[in-house]
Amino acid sequence: MRSAPRTRGERGPLASFGLHAGLLTASLVALFPPLWLLVTSFKPRNESFSTALVKNFTLGNYEHVVADTYFLTWFGNSLIVVAGTTAVGVFIAATTGYAISRFRFPGMRPLMWVLLITQMFPMAVLIVPLYNTMARLGLLNQPVGLIITYLTVAVPFCAWMMKGFFDTIPVDIDESGRVDGLNPFGTFWRLVLPLARPGLAVTGFYTFVTAWAEVAYATAFMTGEENLTLAGGLQTFVNRYGSDWGSMTAAAVIIAVPAAVVFGFAQRHLVAGLTAGATKS
Amino acid sequence: MAVETTSRSVPAAADGADSAAAGRGRGPGGKSGGSRGGKGAGALRRAAARHWYAWTMVAPVVLVIGVIIGYPLVRGVYLSLTNADEANVERTIGVNHIPATYEFTGLENYTEILGDSVFWDRLGWTAVWTAGCVGFTFGLGLVLAVMLNRQVRGRSFYRIAMIVPWGIPAFVSVFAWKMLFNEKSGLLNQVLDGGGIDAVPWLGDPTWAKLAVIAVNVWLGVPFMIVAMLGALQGIPGELYEAAEMDGAGPWQRFRNITLPGVRTVSSTVVLLSTIWTFNMFPVIYLLTRGGPEDSTEILVTYAFRLSFINSPRDFATSAAWGVLILVLLSLFTVVYRRALRRQGEVW
Repeated sequence: MRSAPRTRGERGPLASFGLHAGLLTASLVALFPPLWLLVTSFKPRNESFSTALVKNFTLGNYEHVVADTYFLTWFGNSLIVVAGTTAVGVFIAATTGYAISRFRFPGMRPLMWVLLITQMFPMAVLIVPLYNTMARLGLLNQPVGLIITYLTVAVPFCAWMMKGFFDTIPVDIDESGRVDGLNPFGTFWRLVLPLARPGLAVTGFYTFVTAWAEVAYATAFMTGEENLTLAGGLQTFVNRYGSDWGSMTAAAVIIAVPAAVVFGFAQRHLVAGLTAGATKS
Repeated sequence: MAVETTSRSVPAAADGADSAAAGRGRGPGGKSGGSRGGKGAGALRRAAARHWYAWTMVAPVVLVIGVIIGYPLVRGVYLSLTNADEANVERTIGVNHIPATYEFTGLENYTEILGDSVFWDRLGWTAVWTAGCVGFTFGLGLVLAVMLNRQVRGRSFYRIAMIVPWGIPAFVSVFAWKMLFNEKSGLLNQVLDGGGIDAVPWLGDPTWAKLAVIAVNVWLGVPFMIVAMLGALQGIPGELYEAAEMDGAGPWQRFRNITLPGVRTVSSTVVLLSTIWTFNMFPVIYLLTRGGPEDSTEILVTYAFRLSFINSPRDFATSAAWGVLILVLLSLFTVVYRRALRRQGEVW
């Protein structure tokens, strides 16, 4: 191997420099906007746009947002909606994911297609009929209405993700269950589901993050300051009537932190789950 | 455990919806089907006996999808064939219940939309927007993933840093960008000013606004691409590169003949996903520019939303028709895309 000037994996200094420069630039571009948001949130309100880093550190924006606005109500609304969506979505999707991962049954192909296709449904096609239905049922401005709406996105997605996770659990386990005299439900409930707990968690996390960040339905269905969720609430700080950038940044930071933490747990498994079903089937 | 394979061919994407209806009918009925006699029921009974647990397991999801996706979909299509708007839909004002008075108007909404230049203008920009965003996102994602896949010091730091935009709710990031783009006092213009360059109307000029929304969407989308492509790259056996190097293949040849084919399967999936997401990307445009200035950044989805929720009076019927048209376009794209892949021998 010594005949070659450099072995595989080694680089000249110039290539090395280029590689690091490229990666560093990309990292900076990725990190800068959220970091600037964080920095701005600690500036006094009249200095929001100063180019300097924090000169007069203050928590005033946070105090203002928490104490003088509906922020905590919005936070609570979002939490209810998102937790409800995640719980129901994951719960009812788990058995379906298992069934399409393990069994071949009439109607399976069409069902898989429906699960895939409904994931790409534009909200534009469902939002008007859902809005009218919710209005008729008196569910506008109610968290329940938004939970039901989000299930249109969450259920197909969760079922598909769960299928991917069940695919990774060896079929031998099911067979050993059958040998021990368990019926398919028992096998699922006692043997496979406990093994799929990481999958359940990741699916749940991701549903959580998606619902936490949803804008269109939340904007259309929830009106009146005390009914808003976070996506609608954040818009009230900066709109055509006036801009309170200080409060916006503080609220944004409080919104982003839980999502980022949850995302940190889930991201490692995410892409595998998203692309597995498509590449394997 | 029944693991026998049905030799049914893959149904085309378009008939997925009616098959779901059929599946729903069969699901709950599977158990009772056994008690019925008759000639045709024999096969059904056998099928039910063998598959009832699978059907029971999928029943909740089939039911939910039917009720909250199937029914609204049908209703949306129906609404698009009426003249429903804010003034004539069923509603309750205080204690008064006002019944619906809208009428069936056939394809009038569709002929009106398709005969109007607004739809075609929006469609043109949506195509540019989708192609631009997906193209840049994929290109950048692939390049950065290849760079991250090398042995490089600080790799995990770079990886985490680059994924950050994905972990933050998009609407929060969009507001961060909106702050940077602020024309009077945003950081970007202040930096330009420091360099003696005139302020750029980032969100106030149609062309700049279009570039700005694309830039923000690429920023949001690249992390997913990086992670997906990184996964694909790591699946390529290292021996292939070693063998190619022994045979004297240069870096470009190795990239073209090993890397690109190696990431093809994953690429085709993520490009499809990314296209659909971008086509439907609501928050970036709605929050950054509200479709402005003068509609120039309005894509189909945001325009449909505007028709029913921002404009006054709210035009539910036309908005529903836009929704249906969007769905048709997306389905067409998916079918064509898949067919193109299949012709190239992809078994996806």
